[in-house]
Amino acid sequence: MHSLPEEATSREVLAKMSLIRRFEERAGEMYAQAKVGGFLHLCIGEEATVVGATQALRETDYMMSTYREHGQALARGTSPEAVMAELFGKEGGCSRGRGGSMHLFDLEKRFLGGYGIVGGNLPLAAGVAFASDYTGTEDVTVCMMGDGATNQGTFGESMNLAALWSLPVVYMVINNQFGMGTAIHRHSAITDLSKKAEGMGVPGVKCDGMDVLDVHACVTEAVRKAREERSPQLVEAVTYRFRGHSMADPEEYRSKEEVAEWRKRDPVLAFAGRLVEEGVVTEDEVTKIDEESIARVDAAVEFADESPFPPLDSLYDDLYVMGGQVQGWYSVDERSPETHRGEDEREAGKVAQDLAEAGAAHASDEPADEEQDLSYRRGEDG
Amino acid sequence: MRYREALGLALREEMERDENVFIMGEDVGVFQGAFKVTAGLLEEFGEKRVRDTPISENTIVGMGVGSAMAGLRPVVEIMTINFALLAMDQVVNHAAAIHYMFGGQVKVPLVVRMPQGGGHQLGPTHSHSLEAMFLHVPGLLVAVPSTAADAHGLLKAAIRDDNPVIFIEHEALYGRKGEVEEGAEPLRFGQAAVRREGEDVTVVGISRMAVTAGAAAETLASEHSISAEVIDPRTLRPLDLDTIIESVKKTNRAVIVEEGWPHGGVGANLAALIQEQAFDWLDAPVLRVTGADVPMPYSKPLEQAAFPHEEHVVAAALASLGRDS
Repeated sequence: MHSLPEEATSREVLAKMSLIRRFEERAGEMYAQAKVGGFLHLCIGEEATVVGATQALRETDYMMSTYREHGQALARGTSPEAVMAELFGKEGGCSRGRGGSMHLFDLEKRFLGGYGIVGGNLPLAAGVAFASDYTGTEDVTVCMMGDGATNQGTFGESMNLAALWSLPVVYMVINNQFGMGTAIHRHSAITDLSKKAEGMGVPGVKCDGMDVLDVHACVTEAVRKAREERSPQLVEAVTYRFRGHSMADPEEYRSKEEVAEWRKRDPVLAFAGRLVEEGVVTEDEVTKIDEESIARVDAAVEFADESPFPPLDSLYDDLYVMGGQVQGWYSVDERSPETHRGEDEREAGKVAQDLAEAGAAHASDEPADEEQDLSYRRGEDG
Repeated sequence: MRYREALGLALREEMERDENVFIMGEDVGVFQGAFKVTAGLLEEFGEKRVRDTPISENTIVGMGVGSAMAGLRPVVEIMTINFALLAMDQVVNHAAAIHYMFGGQVKVPLVVRMPQGGGHQLGPTHSHSLEAMFLHVPGLLVAVPSTAADAHGLLKAAIRDDNPVIFIEHEALYGRKGEVEEGAEPLRFGQAAVRREGEDVTVVGISRMAVTAGAAAETLASEHSISAEVIDPRTLRPLDLDTIIESVKKTNRAVIVEEGWPHGGVGANLAALIQEQAFDWLDAPVLRVTGADVPMPYSKPLEQAAFPHEEHVVAAALASLGRDS
């Protein structure tokens, strides 16, 4: 068993895990109220994995994640307001409402994104690490993926290149036992994922993803090797998501008993319990930290509620970086009979504006009738 | 200077100008490039900046995207355009989307270079013309240079551009010579070249087909007394539609020539834009001359039959003028 860090750090770690837990619970509620659209992937159960890894990084290090990344953004320091507003599709969101739950991004915190394509972020992380190496910095990139991503071609390709070029990158598999609804023994020939990159030249280590201190210790050492020895590393954190893959998951692929068994190892409760046990905090202080998290999330919801939706005339913003190119026809909106050019969309004529407004008006549509396919929202569990 | 040398010169000039420019791709270093575009660069700039990669297209392009996000200016070479299909996830879901989907926080100044086109009997997995696939994607810029000078000027512009650029070269053009001014300023994306002025019919040629269109225009003039205006758009995104529309308003006829497949092709798109914006000026339907709607066959006669030649362009121009060929 790892010894506890100093008191201030212990409190910070608990506070971060608690914030993520409360944030995710509330995000689920907001989804049920249809304030959040699309898919929503919660990391409840994985807080120790997320926070243990994040605590191992310097502020100048980079982190990349998957589409289950609210926790990573929060742990990295993105405000709950900016994350919740992104979930709401609001202008105040950390990606200005363009990305949504799966595509959070915060350059200032060097959180380089959530990515919706399984395995799509692996090459990107190798590229960021390459840039760190090329420019002679000490920065390390930590790239998270799920167990399912280890079956993608980019896994083998990226491991090989990272090892071949001695890149300062740590790949971290958050093994939550399921690639969506397919259990690991049904999707991966090798279920000890820490060994899966060995043949490509990337050594791996397995840690207990329910123990924040174990995750922290393993990732710290992996980051050190990547930074000092220019040796890319793989860390497998064995964890479990207590909720479904997304909110649209009836969870028919696993038993309630199995979930209940894992819930006994709740990483937030476990760490809080240990802090109380060792006299670092009192029960009352744990309650207070929890209440502070709830209040913080309340404020985030309030902010997200009040933040405006992106203005319709910003539809084409940030599609291109305008530079020395000749203006015109970067993108063409052919929905209206008028000619207008992407970057001049704000100056588009009345017809285009009317059409945009007509389209946007459907944003407030309520499910009209029984026949409408709402299957993607089924399986909401609160 | 040959087209391939012009490309190499552009790379050399930009690498000298900006230390953040580097090259990676399959066999770009020791082998000096499958088509010798990167000849001499490894020796001049060293292993740090000219990097041979494993055969992992999706990851090579993805690393280009990641390193561009972190401030470098990667030039990724893909050996042939068909191989870029292995990297479509990184091109479409990442390179093209990242600036937009993250609310403009980060740029992706990446260039992906690759050759396309038939004529060397490379068969159905090495010789297609797929510019329409990339043109389809908002967030990408697409260049299709047909001359040595354009190859040089547009590649320099592509490297300096802050957007991801798909830079499509043509295998049959690599050996073609043209005047190139060393150290010339970059060209600007979005500026078509009028290769030949004319009054009777506008012929728009894409990639190598700009050259074919030029040859056809000669024949139209000498054998049919027809004055064709030949336009090479040079970049498909941004597209200099104004120059094309202006020409169509003058000639009242348009023929679009491309090597790619007809359905959903560049010509289909251009024909739609022309009829939307110059319908009242058209005296004939907009015609297309395209590659055959088949995977590129290997056999020499079949391959030659599967992409447009001068005769096809001449015939289309005559048809648009209501004349028999």
